[in-house]
Amino acid sequence: MSGTTRRGLIQNSAILGLSLATSGVALAADPLKVAFVYVGPVGDFGYSYQHDLGRKALQAAMGDKVVTSFLENVPESDSERVFEQLARAGNGLIFGTSFGFMEPMLKVAKRYPKVMFEHATGYKRAPNLSTYSAKFHEGRYVIGQIAAKMSKTGTIGYIAAFPIPEVISGINAFMLGAQSINPEIKVKIVWANVWFDPGKEADAAKVLLSQGCDIITQHTDSAAPLQVVEKAGMHGFGQSSDMSRFAPKAILSSIVDNWGGYYIARTKAVMDGSWKSTDTWGGMDADMVRMGPFMNMPDDVKAMADATSAAIKAGKLNPFKGPVVKQDGTVVAKAGEAVADKDILGMNWYVKGIDGKVPG
Amino acid sequence: MAFELPKVTLTLREAPSRLRTFLGPILAFGIAMLLGGLLVALMGKSPWQALDVYFIHPLLDSYNLQALALKASPLVLMAIGLSYCYRANLWNIGAEGQFVIGGTCAGAIAIFTHGAPDNTLWILPAMLLAGVMGGMVTALIPAILKVSLGVSEILTSLMLVYVSQLTLDYLVRGPWRDPKGFNFPVTVTFDPAATLPPLFDGARVHVGVLLTLAIVIIAAIMQGRSLFNFAVRLLGLAPRAARFAGFSEARITLIVFALSGGLAGLAGFMEVSGQINQLQPSISPGYGFTAIIVAFLGRLSPVGILVAGFVLSLTYIGGEAAQISMQLPLDMTQTFQGLLLFCILSADILTRYDVSLAKART
Repeated sequence: MSGTTRRGLIQNSAILGLSLATSGVALAADPLKVAFVYVGPVGDFGYSYQHDLGRKALQAAMGDKVVTSFLENVPESDSERVFEQLARAGNGLIFGTSFGFMEPMLKVAKRYPKVMFEHATGYKRAPNLSTYSAKFHEGRYVIGQIAAKMSKTGTIGYIAAFPIPEVISGINAFMLGAQSINPEIKVKIVWANVWFDPGKEADAAKVLLSQGCDIITQHTDSAAPLQVVEKAGMHGFGQSSDMSRFAPKAILSSIVDNWGGYYIARTKAVMDGSWKSTDTWGGMDADMVRMGPFMNMPDDVKAMADATSAAIKAGKLNPFKGPVVKQDGTVVAKAGEAVADKDILGMNWYVKGIDGKVPG
Repeated sequence: MAFELPKVTLTLREAPSRLRTFLGPILAFGIAMLLGGLLVALMGKSPWQALDVYFIHPLLDSYNLQALALKASPLVLMAIGLSYCYRANLWNIGAEGQFVIGGTCAGAIAIFTHGAPDNTLWILPAMLLAGVMGGMVTALIPAILKVSLGVSEILTSLMLVYVSQLTLDYLVRGPWRDPKGFNFPVTVTFDPAATLPPLFDGARVHVGVLLTLAIVIIAAIMQGRSLFNFAVRLLGLAPRAARFAGFSEARITLIVFALSGGLAGLAGFMEVSGQINQLQPSISPGYGFTAIIVAFLGRLSPVGILVAGFVLSLTYIGGEAAQISMQLPLDMTQTFQGLLLFCILSADILTRYDVSLAKART
């Protein structure tokens, strides 16, 4: 959680504590019921899996003070009923972890003002609906640098899910990191148009390898691309979760989403009545994004990756620091400035040096 | 040979007894419950609690009944339409695509009238019409190809599903994207004038379910009474006889496809206007394919389809409740749905055929 939201929490805790005490949701004796709704299977070993690790961390930290449950593989267009059932089943706090849950959560939150809702990666809020996300792009900057150091062909393959801002900003951060090492680096992008489909993702990896890429990175959720590069004797990166056990020889690092801390903090906030509708966007500084172990690389590359991660964590390095120039030459941020948060959250353009154009 | 497999012979019964036809599905349901209960017990949970959570609890309160009606409505509508095709021995596999295009066309009107005053009364009827027409045109493509060129409607209707889904996907990610939506692939949310109103004040269920019910009733009354229904059945059972009787195969093909596409489009309209309230890359969790199962579970009869639609929706909603309150995995729900289908289809065979075992002659 970022410093500003935490400050906001404390300032408003008194008012909200009062309203919660009268609403009677947080009775000290009963365990708080906390529910999680995932768009994918918890067995994806990627995005939904990491959210479920967060749920388990919450359960472990709070013991019998909370009862957690989850629903997996919930289709976005049919999710309103699921959220409503959870609210009716007496859950005091409900997390929805996919962008497509936004409108359904908004509707249900209005009907159940005493239940608190938390929506990952969305932008619409209500008095009892918060949003939260992580600055995944910080990790992409680090792996961009590693990829540029490690690539012999100078061409890197990138498997992307959907052209939404989170993915586009990831591509740009990766490219900016790579360009900081090798200004001539090339990135080839394949749009898989799925978050999780091991078959499609593996095919995309094979295509990229055949086009001369010797390092593959992915913004899709399965470990299939890594297994392809492992077989081909090339290198790759894990997504969302530490995937080193799937490709022990090929993996260079992983961008790990770490939700446990946030889930524990928000649950405690509901329990002590200090919960307030906020927008949280935490990165490495808030420990919401971590780097997996740096593996299969020479010591100097590892030292560089460690230094870059530390600088981002300490707030000394912003991946979107200027100069940032669009493909058409427009300057988005001059030297000494940085791209504004709102421009990162709505990003629909590529930085200079990327070939091709954003679909859609 | 020390061991011989007994030979199984199936003989078609002249006319299956009414008692068998009636008891078959009930027995099948009972056996599926027994097997499901066994699985739950093997997982260390109480089968009685599972029974309560899956099948009893969702039927006990108004909210759950409304959720059931909302889930069953698109399945029943589409299955009724499909039953006409299947009775005529025509294989429309593409209801999913017809649903998507129906929803897309209806949504188009909502998007282009965005910002109109709340009392603009023509928007909903126009959306309904657009939805029905959209579904109809999509379904007529395979029908026309079949009638004019003899192209297999199974392949073309199925392939059009992907075309339909990708069309919606393109529109939502491109030209129809909400300009204020941070570049996310969703359209604007519909105005109240483009939203199907709730059935009563504070209801979750929208007025569309009444239309579904009306269509079931009309289809049930027409069944066995109209010449058109007879022609459809005759074409399915004995196409040569249908030709001798003077029914035009081409005409019937076009009509049943238009009918089933139109109903799928209607369901798509109801879903986007009554439930989702915007267009997004996916507006159906596979309703069009589930509807095929519903049509056959309901033995292609309107009342049967209504019952089958509710039973299948019940397993979905009960399955969610079981995930919430008993932490039973989603795979359990899917396994149970499979078991249920397997039992009912087996019972169907045992109703329609005599089974006899005999040692194979060597």
